[in-house]
Amino acid sequence: MQAFVKNIAEENQYKATHLLRILHAIQAHYHYIPKPAIEQLASLLNIARTQIIGVIEFYSFFHLSPRGRYELLISDSITDHLLGKHALTDYLAIKLNVAVGEVRTDGLVSLDNTSCTGLCDQGPAGLVNGYALPHLDHARIDQISELINQQTPVALWPSQLFQVDDHIIKPGLLLNHPLTPGEALQSTFKRGLVATLAELDTSALRGRGGAGFKTASKWQYCRDEPENQRYVVCNADEGEPGTFKDRVLLNSYAQQVIEGMTVCAAIIGAQQGFLYLRGEYLFLYDKLQQVLVERRQQGLLGNNILNSGLDFDIDICLGAGAYICGEESALIESLEGKMGIPRNRPPYPVTQGYLGKPTVVNNVETFLAAAAIAHLGGDWFASIGTGQSKGTKILSISGDCAKPGIYEYAFGTPIETILNDCGAEELLGVQIGGPSGLFISDLELQRKLAFEDLATGGSFIIFNKHRNLLDIVNNFTRFFAHESCGFCTPCRVGTSLLKNQLAKIIDGHGSAGDVVALEELCVLVKNYSHCGLGQTAANPIISTLARFPELYQSRLKNISYEPGFDLDASLENARQLANRNDAAAHLTQVEQD
Amino acid sequence: MTKTIHIDGNTIPFKEGQTIIEAATAAGIYIPHLCHHPEFTAHGSCKLCTVNVNGRNCSACTFAAMEGQEVLNNSQELKADRQKITQMLFVEGNHFCPSCEKTGNCQLQAVAYHLNMLDSHFPHFYSHRELDASHAEVIIDHNRCIFCTLCVRASDEHDGKAVFAISGRGINKHLIINSESGLLKDTNIEATDLAAHICPTGAILIKHTGYQVPIGERTYDHQHIDQISLAVEQTDEN
Repeated sequence: MQAFVKNIAEENQYKATHLLRILHAIQAHYHYIPKPAIEQLASLLNIARTQIIGVIEFYSFFHLSPRGRYELLISDSITDHLLGKHALTDYLAIKLNVAVGEVRTDGLVSLDNTSCTGLCDQGPAGLVNGYALPHLDHARIDQISELINQQTPVALWPSQLFQVDDHIIKPGLLLNHPLTPGEALQSTFKRGLVATLAELDTSALRGRGGAGFKTASKWQYCRDEPENQRYVVCNADEGEPGTFKDRVLLNSYAQQVIEGMTVCAAIIGAQQGFLYLRGEYLFLYDKLQQVLVERRQQGLLGNNILNSGLDFDIDICLGAGAYICGEESALIESLEGKMGIPRNRPPYPVTQGYLGKPTVVNNVETFLAAAAIAHLGGDWFASIGTGQSKGTKILSISGDCAKPGIYEYAFGTPIETILNDCGAEELLGVQIGGPSGLFISDLELQRKLAFEDLATGGSFIIFNKHRNLLDIVNNFTRFFAHESCGFCTPCRVGTSLLKNQLAKIIDGHGSAGDVVALEELCVLVKNYSHCGLGQTAANPIISTLARFPELYQSRLKNISYEPGFDLDASLENARQLANRNDAAAHLTQVEQD
Repeated sequence: MTKTIHIDGNTIPFKEGQTIIEAATAAGIYIPHLCHHPEFTAHGSCKLCTVNVNGRNCSACTFAAMEGQEVLNNSQELKADRQKITQMLFVEGNHFCPSCEKTGNCQLQAVAYHLNMLDSHFPHFYSHRELDASHAEVIIDHNRCIFCTLCVRASDEHDGKAVFAISGRGINKHLIINSESGLLKDTNIEATDLAAHICPTGAILIKHTGYQVPIGERTYDHQHIDQISLAVEQTDEN
């Protein structure tokens, strides 16, 4: 083990910033991070062992105790649930003789749930040793079980098991016209950097991750910082359940995304870029590395790009299962080899980002659009959309519809048009912007896709009338409790309180006072949390409680107060110890008249 | 010209680079806090010091004072919500004040009194937490840890020992110890270290010194936390 760990550390130049990649390599080899490896790494990287343990315990894909040699994770996204994930997981558990959350006694296989894997258009989905498994069904589970029991290395599994499709159903302004590699850079250098930034300003492009900050302003602020070193970061940590457009963009439009990053580097004056790829997209890693190699060969990356004097290169960093790293300052912490805890802001990353230097962090789709704007100009882009939202938005559509996949729409498009296009029937409602967004009912279909009305990072999940709304809200609420980084009190404690309080009502133990308490808690968590995760974690409850209060009411007991625990069930231990089960050994929850 | 901000309508001067809590403390205005300590890097995690600045909630311990800010500190809403945040800390861990050696000297307890907290409001988590009594002089009761990181920062920044860290995620966050065994006895912490004394709750205690000051004669038995906090922190800053 010593030689193995030493080798990996050496390959990473003993850099503490490379901690996540080093741990990925060790986890892949040993299926956990053994204690001696932690001790060795602490001395090789010259960091405290507690930093390493902290990182291992923070990220879902690292473990302090052994997982199976085949580590199976099943996506717990609501979209996977709609597609029958629950029954399939049970089947898998029986086939492989391993319980969910456990490692089989022979150590061969482990099974667990994981947050949305970004395969909502082709679920139920899972991961085996980090590699995506779409389209799970009984036949595939039989096949997978067989491969595992025969101990066939994952590298030798049939490639069709790992076949992830793009499903681009409705391409628009951007997806219809991919650039030829180098086009945007040539136009940028020809026009001039300042003039290109002016075009980006004219385009009124706003960040596509959801927050919608004006891209040209972000680049301008970073460019204006009096520093020698600046960084460009592409946020490909697409973790919002129901989002998968970045997966498709990085699979089929990677050249253009990277070109967008390079244009940004030229404008702000950066030499180094990072593409932070979510761990769930491990299957894209080699392919993206290949794109970087090709671009270096074509003179589009590296030294003196297109003889312009620009030196810029990109490193791909893999996340490790933490939704919070989609928050830009948490992502930067993660890039630095730390736990993904959002920083106190200000200062913002444009002034103090990676290693304290000015850093632009933009979404994958933002860089894709920026490259197109650098080539075709700002007016071309700004000619469509609405007053506050120019251009198009790429949506990941999943859930109850005939044609899930990727759709590109001009901003201002009514929700009804989108639903007609993808074949949604018997509608209950749509979750727009993922769990952190908004649930709209079938009475709001004239509302529009736009920052002024319904903003979204791209997640668009459709539910039909046969779905149980409270199960959906429960799934979302549990998701946030699981993904809370735990830094601040209102989110760390509040998201778990929300989860428990909602479960109390759903399980039929709630009274009228419990709904009031739930609402109050929602407001508290929303108003006092440190970052966007906590500030939006109560949205599923808030937006459904406002639209369907009767659903919550229908679960309540008709009494004014209901304890949070089952009195009679709590006595079970005592009854067993006393060996009695007579009437006097039971208590009713509420005194009978 | 001195720059000023307004806190609840009062005009307060501040120096360039001061946070809102620093400016307030210097002016004799108490903003409740637990993770803030004037000697260490601001953390901004407990959120008790949340104030409303120009209509937006901010942590007073990390947010810089800027000319003309309208700050709300004592509004009914903020007081009620700070009480709930304190209640969250109480239900998250296991805090039994009457049997805790820190009672009367505990900042968590004192803040709760200050905010007029009379019950725990939220259901308790009854979380299972361990005790580390391995060290000869210092004991850790994880039941009382509120993840303020004051021990982490004191050990890093003052003692130069890096004995503590916070690990885990969400409600599973926990304090870890920087030794191969994970036990306090295998660290170089000493009873004289600042990290052993800085805990605002009873999570880190010095052994063999219990109850030397009788209950009823302890720090917060005589004076409210706002008076003590201001007196101590104003001295620190000078």
